[in-house]
Amino acid sequence: MNLTLQMWRQRNLSDEGGMVQYEISDVSPEMSFLEMLDILNESLIARGQEPVAFDDDCREGICGMCSLVINGIPHGPDSGTTVCQLHMRRFQDGDTIYIEPWRSRAFPVLRDLIVDRNAFDRIIQAGGYISVNTGGTPDANAIPVAKSEADLSMDAASCIGCGACVAACPNASAMLFVGAKVSQFRHLPQGHTERARRATRMVEQMDAEGFGNCTNHYECMAVCPKEIDVRVIAELNQEFLRTELTGSE
Amino acid sequence: MILDAKIPEGPMAQKWDNHRFRMKLVNPANKRKYKVIVVGTGLAGASASASLAELGYRVENFCFQDSARRAHSIAAQGGINAAKNYPNDGDSIYRLFYDTVKGGDFRAREANVYRLAQLSNEIIDQCVAQGVPFAREYGGLLDNRSFGGAQVSRTFYARGQTGQQLLLGAYSALMRQVGLGNVTLRPRTEMLDLVVVGGRARGIVVRDLICGDVYCASADAVVLATGGYGNVFYLSTNAMGSNVTAAHRAFKRGAGFANPCFTQIHPTCIPVSGDHQSKLTLMSESLRNDGRVWVPKDGDDHRAAPEIPEEDRDYYLERRYPSFGNLVPRDVASRAAKQVCDEGRGVGSSGLAVYLDFADSIERLGRDAINQRYGNLFHMYEKITDENPYELPMRIFPAVHYTMGGLWVDYNLMSTIPGLHVLGEANFSDHGANRLGASALMQGLADGYFIIPYTIGHYFASGSFEPVETDQKEFEDTKKSAADRLQRLLDVRGGRSVDSFHKELGQIMWEHCGMSRNEGGLRKALELIPALREEFWRNVRVPGGNGELNQSLEKAGRVADFLEFGEVMCLDAIGRKESCGGHFREEHQTEEGEALRDDEGCSHASVWEYKGDDDFPVMHKEPLSFDLVKPSVRSYK
Amino acid sequence: MASAASATRSRAPSGPVKFLRSSIGAKSVMALTGLILTAFVFGHMVGNLQIFLGPEPINRYGHFLQSLGELLWLIRFVLLATLIVHIASAARLIVLNRRARPIAYVLDDSVQVTFAARTMPWTGMILLAFVVYHLAHFTLGTVQPELFSHHDELGRHDIYAMVVLGFQDWFVTAWYVVANALLALHLSHGVSSLFQSLGVTTPSLRWPLVDLAGPAVGTAVLIGNLAIPLASWLGLLELPYGAM
Repeated sequence: MNLTLQMWRQRNLSDEGGMVQYEISDVSPEMSFLEMLDILNESLIARGQEPVAFDDDCREGICGMCSLVINGIPHGPDSGTTVCQLHMRRFQDGDTIYIEPWRSRAFPVLRDLIVDRNAFDRIIQAGGYISVNTGGTPDANAIPVAKSEADLSMDAASCIGCGACVAACPNASAMLFVGAKVSQFRHLPQGHTERARRATRMVEQMDAEGFGNCTNHYECMAVCPKEIDVRVIAELNQEFLRTELTGSE
Repeated sequence: MILDAKIPEGPMAQKWDNHRFRMKLVNPANKRKYKVIVVGTGLAGASASASLAELGYRVENFCFQDSARRAHSIAAQGGINAAKNYPNDGDSIYRLFYDTVKGGDFRAREANVYRLAQLSNEIIDQCVAQGVPFAREYGGLLDNRSFGGAQVSRTFYARGQTGQQLLLGAYSALMRQVGLGNVTLRPRTEMLDLVVVGGRARGIVVRDLICGDVYCASADAVVLATGGYGNVFYLSTNAMGSNVTAAHRAFKRGAGFANPCFTQIHPTCIPVSGDHQSKLTLMSESLRNDGRVWVPKDGDDHRAAPEIPEEDRDYYLERRYPSFGNLVPRDVASRAAKQVCDEGRGVGSSGLAVYLDFADSIERLGRDAINQRYGNLFHMYEKITDENPYELPMRIFPAVHYTMGGLWVDYNLMSTIPGLHVLGEANFSDHGANRLGASALMQGLADGYFIIPYTIGHYFASGSFEPVETDQKEFEDTKKSAADRLQRLLDVRGGRSVDSFHKELGQIMWEHCGMSRNEGGLRKALELIPALREEFWRNVRVPGGNGELNQSLEKAGRVADFLEFGEVMCLDAIGRKESCGGHFREEHQTEEGEALRDDEGCSHASVWEYKGDDDFPVMHKEPLSFDLVKPSVRSYK
Repeated sequence: MASAASATRSRAPSGPVKFLRSSIGAKSVMALTGLILTAFVFGHMVGNLQIFLGPEPINRYGHFLQSLGELLWLIRFVLLATLIVHIASAARLIVLNRRARPIAYVLDDSVQVTFAARTMPWTGMILLAFVVYHLAHFTLGTVQPELFSHHDELGRHDIYAMVVLGFQDWFVTAWYVVANALLALHLSHGVSSLFQSLGVTTPSLRWPLVDLAGPAVGTAVLIGNLAIPLASWLGLLELPYGAM
């Protein structure tokens, strides 16, 4: 099939950037979306132009590196799917596809479709951990955890940190990401000692990074490749409010 | 090259304890004075950085990904082994040790494997304390499953995302140390070379992938945790960015490279669908617990799978290996698949696939039970192939998955360059010629959490360290050679893209140094690779410049190293005149086509020493002795 | 086993200002003030519906409210303060949220953002204008001053006459219809949302209970509030004796 691509091209952080149109032919429906971009890049290189820069790594939907907004939807039209697992059979011959980077003040564009997501790392640094040093930990079975709680924890922990929630949110809010981490530890006894501190510090950092606020559109949940439920946001709200109102830290 | 493995004295079970006692310690107040460079943030790298920083060392940690959380350890699905014996089914440290040595086809170092089995239990404790949400039983205790044909249930898992959860645990420990200011993290920064000063590893040269700056970092010791080299085959289950550069550069600076020909081919991957294919997707080995592998008896039978009657199907694993059946180890299953495809009985449009059929299990257990066990895998398969595995059997084919070979290290995980430590998949130590399922995660974390924190202290306490400056000659020279090399890549301005060279190299490697190898093919590869390399340096086209984010340039540097490294692999494969584990030499097989090991001639690790670009590397042997587990023929019949 | 080092990292002392400035604090303020305002809207509606019982009950009710004196002013003050906090907080969040995405998508699409959710700032602003109009209309009497001076036979302010006659003007009625439709829209997102912002939802509570609570409250308010102007305009409420 033949496609028209409208892509965001931007040389570097300070460049203004803009949309550029490319025509691509002989796209096979078996190709993944990123393989289609590989073909485009090969043809650009052959024509002496610079290939389009985009982030990817594992190409099996788990590393969280790929990050394209396709026709206005982060990770494209399939639900519960990262871009790298999106296949071209989802598109029709003659389609025009808009490809843009994640858009958020906290995720500056480094080049073309590549954004800087280190704001997420800094949020984790602020409190997205359990403070244990290596060694000296009790036997793994010393503290039983109800299966239902462990499952809730795992649901939240499956976040791949791709940032699609931010890209999709009309307010570029990171609440689903932060909520997922807070929820993972909230449902485990190991996470309880630091729960108050964790919520306040992560929210503080989230705000400092310039993410927007949650206004409960739930668009994040709709695009999340791991289909993380917005209950994690309710849990984050609860943890934060309880800490602030009781003054515990 | 002196290969002293430094195996401690004493009975096997006490070696690690004895060693820990005898190792020198660094005074807590002095730890701040030592700086460690860690390259890589996977299970081994992140756990090492975090643990070293907790002890008080200053750590600078590099990774080429945009975040430390993205290292390819994250993609491991199945689980992590430990000898906890929670299910009370007879597991023990000794049994895990025994299974690993045997599974590795008797080409691993016993003492290392024993220590790995000992440490396996502490890893689980550590991960649980970090908040890794392992699967649990209704009683609240941890669940275990049997994996990869093991006869005990010793595998801990977190859905199909165990690697992800363990990595996020290590990543969170690392992030905590970054937040405390004990670790300086440098993401999107790629190591280009190793700096050796006075015979010791004292720094690295890196490139900032955003702005293109090439600069040096100095330290008192360097730890490489840079993963495996499976992408030498172009198509593999590795991430697109996984590369051999750090290890290969260390090799060129004098580190011995051990057993490069030991690569693992995983039997259950989604087959290639066309020339555009950029990577292969693994389907968890656990699928073989309930799926039956078959091909048509007749290669010309082109009926749709469900229309082929039982009598016209060949369940070749069940036929050849009646006692293990579909659960034979990875190397055996992969080779058998290749054999039936070579006979022209492969299925699918390419003829390079076999069926993995769940029809019987669905009938026996019901669709719901199968969905419970493999729902996410079936979903993933359908997403990629657009076929529903509940109705049509899956098509699978082996793919390169893991590399057992790596930089040679002694018992302290130190390479032949003093101060250069190598962890995880990047070293060669524990898996011999074939890695068992759910063992890679265990090794990465054992190295990072529980071995390097002790042994690096011993290294520091055993000598004195002159301060080094990044503007001294050794650093400047290494930096210049790395920068010049980048410029040379840009200056070729030829006609072929980097990817096209990488694909061609991959085809050569897969053809001649893949699932089965013979001397003729390997010699042919040794002619083709240098010719391709020569063309690469004459005709590669790397667009863009050096002082900017330039993915073509990044890839070009990695492929240039693969083009050199592929040759070392082939040399090693020629030199190892036996079949063992993932290394199958057609000249060395039984009449029934099974691997034939040569314990007389080949019971060693082959360690390659770089001798300059114009000479072949030289092979040294570290003899392996087996005191506890006597080498026997691995039989799965 | 918290390490000593991590505990020493100091944190600015928390206080009400800091709490209100935090993203979740600000949202919880939106939710709480929204809750108070919703309760008022509901009570206001129920009180006004007494008009269907005839002139006597509604005028008595009005007189009762007037007679509260200082208490009435206290209630008015609280409501005004609530409204101001709600608006100020909203304004700040809107600015922050706009700033969080400085460059818009060239092609923007969404999977499930609702019209009600996306238009909260707009419906809010129009509602503010309506509140001013509504106060001018029935509390200050500046919109239809000729109707504001009616008194019933007991000498009480004749609310019944004022309302029924007031809605004979199609423009006034149309404006009330539009404003109440927007109010319903605002409530349909706002009421569902406040449970989430206060962190009291779970997936099983969310659907159907919480997700339907907003539309349900919105619809109830819409029907109740519009019944009065529409019934007046359509002549379903008997014109007061002697009026016109």
